[in-house]
Amino acid sequence: MTKKILLALTFLFGLASFNVQAAEHYTIDTKGMHAFVTFKVKHLGYSWLQGRFNHFSGEFDFDEAHPANNKVKFELDVNSLDSNHAERDKHLRSERFFDAKKFPKATFVSSQWVDNGHGKATLKGKFTLRGVTKNISIDVSQIGAGKDPWGGFRRGFEGTTTLHLSDYNMKEANILGPVAEDVQIWLSIEGVRK
Amino acid sequence: MQLRNSLHRYGLLAILLHWGMAILIITQFFLGEYMVDLDYYDPWYKAAPDLHRSFGVIVAILLILRLFWRLSNVHPAIIGKPWEQQAARWVHRLFYVLIIAIVISGYLITTADGQGISVFNWFEIPASFQGFENQEDIAGEFHEWFTHILILLVGLHALAALKHHFFNHDTTLSRMLGLKTNQTTTYNHNNSQE
Repeated sequence: MTKKILLALTFLFGLASFNVQAAEHYTIDTKGMHAFVTFKVKHLGYSWLQGRFNHFSGEFDFDEAHPANNKVKFELDVNSLDSNHAERDKHLRSERFFDAKKFPKATFVSSQWVDNGHGKATLKGKFTLRGVTKNISIDVSQIGAGKDPWGGFRRGFEGTTTLHLSDYNMKEANILGPVAEDVQIWLSIEGVRK
Repeated sequence: MQLRNSLHRYGLLAILLHWGMAILIITQFFLGEYMVDLDYYDPWYKAAPDLHRSFGVIVAILLILRLFWRLSNVHPAIIGKPWEQQAARWVHRLFYVLIIAIVISGYLITTADGQGISVFNWFEIPASFQGFENQEDIAGEFHEWFTHILILLVGLHALAALKHHFFNHDTTLSRMLGLKTNQTTTYNHNNSQE
């Protein structure tokens, strides 16, 4: 009897430790820069203006068996905004838009991962930009995962969401009006397993 | 009026350079202050910075010409007490240094992402230096500080000229206006030279 209990306990412990291991910890690959944070917004309603943020960092936990355990933490350097035009970048960093001097960081902390099957998910969390925190949700789909040729293990996702200028106290939002209100975000995130 | 300076009078070229640059620089200051506050949909939103950049290049060209002229030419003695003369000398050196610094910092803003500067759609100054991150922001801070110091110095310079004219009744101002003066000492002196 005691043997059986011991066996069961060992089994349970083993399972528990297996569970802990099942949540994989990843660092977003910013060293090799296999991650991209881009935005696009309409210019006058006639075309798309595209830009990106060059500096950010983050990590995520991924648990294939229990997707509800998935977690994401992300931090972005607002000053690294780059739209390939110096005067526009300067304008966007100014207090009329991002006020990057006063609010140099934007952050995202996940609160919920809703698995939609077929590698798709809805990632919910708190996004802070320009001192304003909003609950946002990001549509996520896994692109792939596996061993890399250099002895590591990688997992990559893309994410899309739409943010609204007026949600984040951007003064210029009133002036630019509805044409520029919606900003489409496209993320490509590759994590290297720790 | 002769082109070159004499020891008692400013020549035509020096006078034109002085007032031309004075008008340009004061215009540039107010144009710069005005354009950064324009709304995106303002009709002047594109034209004002285009003019500001073009005038800036003209200031740079005039300054080179002026420094060359200054070094290859005599000029009338500074009128005033020894400390006034010394102050005048330092203010003028500071003027030159500041204008050079303002021109360079302005250039570094626009060209930070490799964009050239179009001068009245007439010719283009190419970008040549993309040296540090957020170059447009750092150069912008310097540009703003230097221009504010410069405009204070312009005010001081103008007040000093008026003081010489109305309180000391000397020819400091009138000789820069190219006027023939009835002030005895200088007038007689001038005549003997011409």
